[in-house]
Amino acid sequence: MNSKLNELTTMFKSHIRDYGMYIALGGIMLIFSILSRGLFLSPRVLSDLMDMTGYIAVLAVGMTLVIVIRHIDLSVGSVAGFLGAVAAILSSKVGLPIYVIIPLVMLIGIALGMLNGYVVAKLGVPAFVVTLAGMLFFRGALINVSHSETIFTGNEVFNAIGNGFIPDIMHIEGFHVLTFLIGVVGVIGYIYTQIKNRKKKQEYGLDVPSNFVFNFGMVLVSVVVMYFVFKISVYKGLSWTMVIVGIVVAVYHFITTNTILGRHIYAVGGNPEAAELSGISVNYITFVVFGSMTMLAALSGILFTARLQSAAPTAGNLFELDAIAGAYVGGVSAGGGVGKVTGSLIGALVMASLTKGMDLMNVGVSYQYMIRGLVLVAAVVFDVRTRNMKKNN
Amino acid sequence: MTDNILEMRNITKEFPGVKALDNVNFTVKRGEIHCLVGENGAGKSTLMKVLGGVYSYGNYEGDIVFNDEVMRFARINDSENQGISIIYQELALIPYMSVYENIYLGHEIHKNKIINWNETRNQAKKMLEKVKLDVNPDVKIKDLGVGKQQLVEIAKALSKDVSLLILDEPTSALNEDDSENLLELIMELKNLGVTCIMISHKLKEVTAIADTVTVLRDGQTICSLYKEKEEIIEKDIIKYMVGREIDDIFPKIEVEKSDEIKLEVKNLTSYDRKLARNVVKNVDFKIHKGEIVGIAGIMGAGRTEFAHSIFGNYKNYDITGEIYINNELVKIPTTKDAIAKGLAYVSEDRKGNGLILIDDIKQNITISNLKSIAEKLVVNKNEEIKVVNEFVKSLSIKTPSIEQEVNNLSGGNQQKVAIAKWLFVEPQILILDEPTRGIDVGAKYEIYTIMNKLVESGLSVIMISSELPEVLGMSDRIYVMAEGKMTGVLDANEATQEKIMKMATL
Repeated sequence: MNSKLNELTTMFKSHIRDYGMYIALGGIMLIFSILSRGLFLSPRVLSDLMDMTGYIAVLAVGMTLVIVIRHIDLSVGSVAGFLGAVAAILSSKVGLPIYVIIPLVMLIGIALGMLNGYVVAKLGVPAFVVTLAGMLFFRGALINVSHSETIFTGNEVFNAIGNGFIPDIMHIEGFHVLTFLIGVVGVIGYIYTQIKNRKKKQEYGLDVPSNFVFNFGMVLVSVVVMYFVFKISVYKGLSWTMVIVGIVVAVYHFITTNTILGRHIYAVGGNPEAAELSGISVNYITFVVFGSMTMLAALSGILFTARLQSAAPTAGNLFELDAIAGAYVGGVSAGGGVGKVTGSLIGALVMASLTKGMDLMNVGVSYQYMIRGLVLVAAVVFDVRTRNMKKNN
Repeated sequence: MTDNILEMRNITKEFPGVKALDNVNFTVKRGEIHCLVGENGAGKSTLMKVLGGVYSYGNYEGDIVFNDEVMRFARINDSENQGISIIYQELALIPYMSVYENIYLGHEIHKNKIINWNETRNQAKKMLEKVKLDVNPDVKIKDLGVGKQQLVEIAKALSKDVSLLILDEPTSALNEDDSENLLELIMELKNLGVTCIMISHKLKEVTAIADTVTVLRDGQTICSLYKEKEEIIEKDIIKYMVGREIDDIFPKIEVEKSDEIKLEVKNLTSYDRKLARNVVKNVDFKIHKGEIVGIAGIMGAGRTEFAHSIFGNYKNYDITGEIYINNELVKIPTTKDAIAKGLAYVSEDRKGNGLILIDDIKQNITISNLKSIAEKLVVNKNEEIKVVNEFVKSLSIKTPSIEQEVNNLSGGNQQKVAIAKWLFVEPQILILDEPTRGIDVGAKYEIYTIMNKLVESGLSVIMISSELPEVLGMSDRIYVMAEGKMTGVLDANEATQEKIMKMATL
């Protein structure tokens, strides 16, 4: 038993960077839950927490790739606000249905992002400057198209993206069956792929954790996931926002870990010169990453507009900083080449949990900003320290 | 005071795994011009860094005696305060500052920390007169040519009351006129009482101005030659520089000669916009199937630039000339095209642009050719593990796991990973740029063996190397480059170190 425990601790120590943010998230949730006498982990608050994380989470996912290739995008908040307003106008004034608006606005996002990428890659202007300019420009554009007024979407389906929940297959009072089923299928799928990957690795003679550690981790993850699935199921079930964020994270996770494009992005981040010499066009990757970033900013704008059922001239203010903070808290390295989209999702959840928790505790806004600032610095200090630790070994 | 301004006694300096200096003794007489020569890696620059305080006291063994006193420099400033000034190959001027600001940068003329600009300008003018540089001190450094920048550096040294001036290959970036100018100036400084140590590869210059020549080889002092005793001639210097015995460390095998030309380059010239000069000049080159062709030359001769020019021009030179692969005229605008045309390039700078250090062995080996193990753009990770395992086995890369970060591997194993990466693209022509730099003898041998296997299987290998024994030991034919030009081509059996050095040093 002792040796098993030992293995667990060494395993934990060597992967502390990967697990750090999960522990932080768990700790934060636990603290707020105790301080709020359980209110924080109530189904309603949890569901709301995930919805309010949504529009930042999609930005944090895109920002992950931008930071991985050693750039930054400060324009995404203003762009999200602007394109959210464009979406609201297309809905209320033009009368387009939502399934046309979403792809259309995202296409506009891609075009704007490619423009950023062009100026950064081809003209050689630092991304900080280009996107700072974009931040100013699109803030102005937002005020211009909205005439400083709030634009209502005037469409129930549109608003449902930010507030609605998926329908259920059968009606049981106080329990969302479909959500629960999706959760169960998800966990089974997770366990299946974990076991399959482990077997593959063993076949190729790669290092795998012992059975005990492997099972321990798997059970832990499954229990935690099922806990949250249950909580949501007894409320109103999965929201459309959660579904959309889930799809975005899944797609980006797959692209970054399994495709040629993903490998090339991380190679460019790890060493741009070596990547270029390896036959990878750094310019092309820059285009793609900035294009994807602004596409997600468009989606973020739609989610936020739907949540508020309207687009305001101040919409999207400081979103970029929340997204950047989420990415850093989630373990993305400023040195480039390192960072996972799943980590950034957790990072965004950490930052949102702080806000939500402090709101519940009636902490004043002034203290909220200060505390979030300190947490951001603490997260990056942790990241830097654990990275050095690894080097010394 | 004795005649000797400087005595370095029994200096030993070790880097992890390498003894860069091994009991070096180096004595400089007051008022002389002393040239320090030796092959790349002989320890010249290291010795000067010890002298200048770059490697502080305690990081080397032995004594530095300057003006009859034992010196213990903790940092560069300490040696400068004693009147020792080093001018490095890469000039240390700030391009966007004016000439006079640069001259007094770091030892400003000030009163209560407030700079007296008028006095600075006046003094700077006097220093410029001393080095006979006729430029307005208000001009920005970036607007001066390299030759004039070099003179500004010397003016800067003079402004610090230098008594021992050290120049590290001062003429390597200069054209002939500027070189001559500089050498004249060094002679004049001697009359002003400044002692001068010059590191140089250009033996013509050395024999022209040196009072004493000291030869280093493999971190040891080989000998010193004195002009007052006998005439210093190039042939002697070369003999001492390369004088090591070549034993059987090169397992060269004979591959049947083929007439099939794989790659031919005609009249290639590459202009570097940043340096504003041609880095490759009218180069003709060819390599046959199954041939190992060495490219020899000193650092900065344009060999790597030549390789970059063929391999997709990643430094964005302006290139003229023709490249033929398999007798077909080709254009290779990007590295991707180069790979598609069957070229591969193992960089001289493993850590800088050869490998992605934070990635593991697996990711590094497959990065250039992921599509070969992908289905519809999705990487087949099982296939990847399979091919990487094969490379680890066939090149005997020593590692606990293929998921090991490349950062943690030894130099030799890193180099094997770099070679594996390029073999994975299945090239026809493999360019190896300094393939054995910084790796130990055993790993060198393994790399030579790999080269043998490759030519046996029909590849053509271009080996750029600064190590002459290696070039002589492994090549079928040897090209020699100097100052961007191909100065000669030799068959392996007629080549000698002396012949190559002669061509390489013009």
